Amino acid sequence: MDPSAAKLIGAGLASIALVGAGIGIGTIFGNYLQGALRNPSAAPGQFANLLLGFALAEATGLFGLVVALIILFVF
Amino acid sequence: MAEPPGLENVEHTAQGGSHLPNPMHQFEIERIIPLKIFGFDASFTNSALFMVIAATLITLFTLYAMRRRALVPSRLQSVAEISYEFVSNMVRDNVGTDGMKYFPFVFTLFMFVLALNMLGMVPYSFTVTSHIIVTFALAAFIFLGVTLLGFWKHGVKFLKFFVPEGVPFVMLPLLVVIEVISYLTRPLSLSVRLFANMMAGHTMLKVFGAFVVALGFLGGWAALGFMVAFTGLEILVAFLQAYVFAILTCIYLNDALHMHSH
Repeated sequence: MDPSAAKLIGAGLASIALVGAGIGIGTIFGNYLQGALRNPSAAPGQFANLLLGFALAEATGLFGLVVALIILFVF
Repeated sequence: MAEPPGLENVEHTAQGGSHLPNPMHQFEIERIIPLKIFGFDASFTNSALFMVIAATLITLFTLYAMRRRALVPSRLQSVAEISYEFVSNMVRDNVGTDGMKYFPFVFTLFMFVLALNMLGMVPYSFTVTSHIIVTFALAAFIFLGVTLLGFWKHGVKFLKFFVPEGVPFVMLPLLVVIEVISYLTRPLSLSVRLFANMMAGHTMLKVFGAFVVALGFLGGWAALGFMVAFTGLEILVAFLQAYVFAILTCIYLNDALHMHSH
């Protein structure tokens, strides 16, 4: 297979990792909303944990994106 | 042949096709003042320029905002006090009161990364944190410093951090290896998180900006609307990533100072 074609296919496959990011972020925010609707007074206290959890979940997805970009632009 | 209106900026390849401008050009390092120190290329680059601008801005802002030290703060002084309190609470909640001696470091780190991220949102500027070497340098120093701190405070007993409580003896070898590996990936994840967010965000901004131009006067409005919303999101991400960088530093500090192994 032509290396540049393989590069593009590899980059496309690597970015499937972002599915995990989407699921993770959705899970975190969904659980926060669920808890916040049950106990609204406790919600602001956990807002910081919400942002932290969102960033950590997004990070793992972005690691996959970084692999895709490395494949595209370094090789 | 005349270009269709609005498509003048689309570049043309030799084969006669046309493609959008390269979104990765914005990350290129340019030497502003070429310098060689002991054979090392120590040029003053655009990256260095923006780091200097960020550091100067933060210093001038805090000095100017607090010049009067009024008991009832003015609006500008309130901004400085809010940012101080924000980081102060973050350090106190995550490291404890004996960790407050590291507050100046965490405050500097947070304000520096925040300023660098926000400066990148200025049109035609350069995003310093979108380079892995910059974020890795920050994360590596944090990781090394925190690990050395742990060893200095606890001695060899710091290694007990990798042995979780109440684990059956047979599982210990495997679990300790997993713990050590996950500890060693901390600087990697810390740096890549900030780098990937900044690079991906700015690449997307450039790509959608190219769409706005390429779709022309009639079709560009939808893309423009998305650009406005996405720029707002990028500003939020700039703040969020600075906050996450700082709070993870606090959490790693807490792990080193008070070894509550997970």
